[in-house]
Amino acid sequence: MVKRLFERFYVAIILLFLYAPILILIVLSFNSSKSRSKWGGFTLHWYQELFKNEEIMNALYTTLIIALLSALIATIIGTAAAIAINGMKKTPRTILMAITNIPMLNADIVTGISLMLVFIAMRFALGFVSVLIAHITFNIPYVILSVMPKLKQLNPHTFEAALDLGASPSYAFFKVILPDIFPGVISGFFLAFTMSLDDFVITHFTKAPGINTLSTKIYTEVRKGIKPEIYALSTLMFITVLLLLIFINRRSADKKPAVKRPGSNPGMADKRI
Amino acid sequence: MKDVTQVNKPAKRLNGEAGHHSLKIKKTTWLSMPYLLWMAGFIILPLILIVYYGITTEDGAATIKNLLLISDPINRRALLLALELSLISTIICLLLAYPLALILNKIKMKSNSFIVMIIILPMWMNFLLRTIAWQNILERTGVLNKLLSFLGIGPLNIINTPGAIILGMVYNFLPFMVLPIYNVLIKIDRDIINAARDLGANSMQTFIKIILPLSLPGIISGITMVFVPALTTFVISTILGGSKIVLIGNVIEQQFRLGNRNEGSGLSLVLMIFILISMAIVSKYDKESEGSSIW
Amino acid sequence: MKKWLIVSTLLLLLAASFAGCAKNNKEKVYVYNWGEYMDPEVRVMFEKETGIEVVYDEFEQNEEMFPKVEAGAVRYDVVCPSDYMIQKMIDEGLLAELNYDNIPNIKNIDPVYLKSAEEFDPGNKYSVPYCWGTLGILYNKTMVDEPIDSWGAIFDEKYSGDILMIDSVRDAFGIALTYLGYDLNSTSVTELEEAKALLKAQYPLVQAYVVDQVRDKMIGGEAALGVIYSGEAIYTKRENSDLEYVVPKEGSNVWIDAWVIPKNCRNKENAEAFINYMCDPEIALKNFEYITYSTPNKAAREMITDPDIKDSPVAFPDESVLNRCKTYRYLGAEIETLYNDKWNEAKME
Repeated sequence: MVKRLFERFYVAIILLFLYAPILILIVLSFNSSKSRSKWGGFTLHWYQELFKNEEIMNALYTTLIIALLSALIATIIGTAAAIAINGMKKTPRTILMAITNIPMLNADIVTGISLMLVFIAMRFALGFVSVLIAHITFNIPYVILSVMPKLKQLNPHTFEAALDLGASPSYAFFKVILPDIFPGVISGFFLAFTMSLDDFVITHFTKAPGINTLSTKIYTEVRKGIKPEIYALSTLMFITVLLLLIFINRRSADKKPAVKRPGSNPGMADKRI
Repeated sequence: MKDVTQVNKPAKRLNGEAGHHSLKIKKTTWLSMPYLLWMAGFIILPLILIVYYGITTEDGAATIKNLLLISDPINRRALLLALELSLISTIICLLLAYPLALILNKIKMKSNSFIVMIIILPMWMNFLLRTIAWQNILERTGVLNKLLSFLGIGPLNIINTPGAIILGMVYNFLPFMVLPIYNVLIKIDRDIINAARDLGANSMQTFIKIILPLSLPGIISGITMVFVPALTTFVISTILGGSKIVLIGNVIEQQFRLGNRNEGSGLSLVLMIFILISMAIVSKYDKESEGSSIW
Repeated sequence: MKKWLIVSTLLLLLAASFAGCAKNNKEKVYVYNWGEYMDPEVRVMFEKETGIEVVYDEFEQNEEMFPKVEAGAVRYDVVCPSDYMIQKMIDEGLLAELNYDNIPNIKNIDPVYLKSAEEFDPGNKYSVPYCWGTLGILYNKTMVDEPIDSWGAIFDEKYSGDILMIDSVRDAFGIALTYLGYDLNSTSVTELEEAKALLKAQYPLVQAYVVDQVRDKMIGGEAALGVIYSGEAIYTKRENSDLEYVVPKEGSNVWIDAWVIPKNCRNKENAEAFINYMCDPEIALKNFEYITYSTPNKAAREMITDPDIKDSPVAFPDESVLNRCKTYRYLGAEIETLYNDKWNEAKME
């Protein structure tokens, strides 16, 4: 009993640690003073201002578009690559997996800088596309490493059986393979999306003026003091995701719990192992 | 110890074997073409460029001057300090995360995705903002000190010290330690643990002889995912260190900011070598996993 | 499964087309300015009035801006460096001569500032002043027990841990050299060595090295003393009435930030249209009210309604203050490297 109490307490402490700063940010979004170090009274003003602030809305838009596009493209390229790699012999497979690990192993700062050097050397104008390419690059490995374990669990004979029964390879792929690896594909997509959303360093080095994601926008504001609208936006985003999560969890709890949910990210565990 | 783990091994090998033969259709190889091209252009080529700039001068003449910059007292100190702080953070992360993962595993929520999401959820609030929020908490007039003075404890001077940076690192990278360990733990077969119990092992023995070895891949993966970003960060040290504490990430960032492409590349190269060495050491303990690991 | 594929392809196309829309071929002007150095509304107004889209980017230090403009990876149309940096850019041949036919609003700029701008830009050929100010100490009256009037305070052990030092090489050395009684444009190695020793001795007393962050920290009462540009004083005082700004008696730096057009700009006419717009009295006033940095725009200053601000000794100091202030000059690449190295050494334990 005591042990159990202690365990709950421990989890609570860690969660407090993880969520304390978020609480602070939510409180700041209601602060009527522009300075983060002074409490000027309660206000909802910033929530109104937020939607009028074109720069922040643009940054939000760019962030979401880049996260969505990069996650999608990475999912397509990555899933295809995972299937191909899985079918390869040991040596090429090992080499490819080693290269796949490079972006995850490399420091963000080195990845970002080296990509910037490539774009500059190729006289490729930095901008939306260069950021997108950079994000796809660091997202593909997450997808591959999420899909790989699912492919390994696959029963090879079902695919062959489908072919024997006269299915075309693409039909067999969509009907037999994809459903089985789908949880991995989805979790890869979500992981990629989250990583893209939270990235600052790589975007910082591959972006051009005029293009801002929320991260880079915030970084320019860090020095002079963050605009309170940003706190308001983050609060809204956070609450949305939280509600979504609770909703999904309710539904999946109502249904059968056996279904593996996207969030269970096998990729997280298998990453780099 | 060997005996118990081996119970698990044949099953694993069988699985792996099956994986080998799965999809043995050579037709799939073309599917890797887009990825191969992508890798060549955006993974391999950038690395080659870093190496090229790192070992040349601005005029293109070969030099090792940029690599030797690391021996400059300021840079050397920055690297050593970064190594020290990231090592401490990694250890703290491990010590905090492992018990947490064990407890979460025990709680066994209806869907484990909920637990995972609770840990990932903070990442949806921008990490720069979360780090700035720590400034608000740790400052002398910050939330923590106000709380402490309410309790009658003198103000703590945490902000702009190495301690604040360690805290920032632990905070930002803790999820990357918890998740891999948790994901490995939930896959451990209950039957193995029960078998051990039946054979008379107490909970301590079960932990040391079964759970710990089986969760090693998760630990290794967690260590990598915390150590590398912590070693190379320049944002956390800037925001929580007040520019008084300079880490290797700051040095490299500054070189590029001031337009010194070759010097920056040289230092990046040295940093990469350091990471590779560290990872090689870590992966020595990771014999369990497949060869596809970290080289 | 197919449904999923179709949906995702559609999404992809949709997103791509959106991204495409953002990149239409409108007239543009690329502006590179200091952080928080312009009312964002002004940019919107400019876009509405001229139809030229403003692509805006920010920097924190002159030293950070220079390599970007020099490398030309991004080609900016209008940049806002400080005096000594403008001199350097002229020396290196990076700037284009202005065509004043396109900048008729130059008439609003007080000749006093045009004259002092000639120190770094003889004949005002390359630059139009945007803001100016002094470098000084912002202190919290409740945290010091004596009136602060000397740079000595930020080197005083009494205030250990309560000092926010400026993280900018010329400013840091400018302060140290002035305090030691030397010229703030000193090129003497021994004088610089002495200044470095002073700054190094200051390291343990400093709470943090900051530039723009000094604002929030001083408002929050994090430190007793902070080195700050005069333009921040009005804003910070408004947020925290315990704060006071002073230009130390030993002297200090007076600086001018001015608009320039790099040679590798994309569109010089648009750039000049932008500069001209910034010199419009209404716009200059709007900017002044937002950023609270002193404006050299005479017409705008006359329009300030609040007498406390119009004649504020902080925003518009009198002769006695200005007489003890000097501008930085560009000292050549070699000395610049020397400054940078010494500054890095000083900031190390």
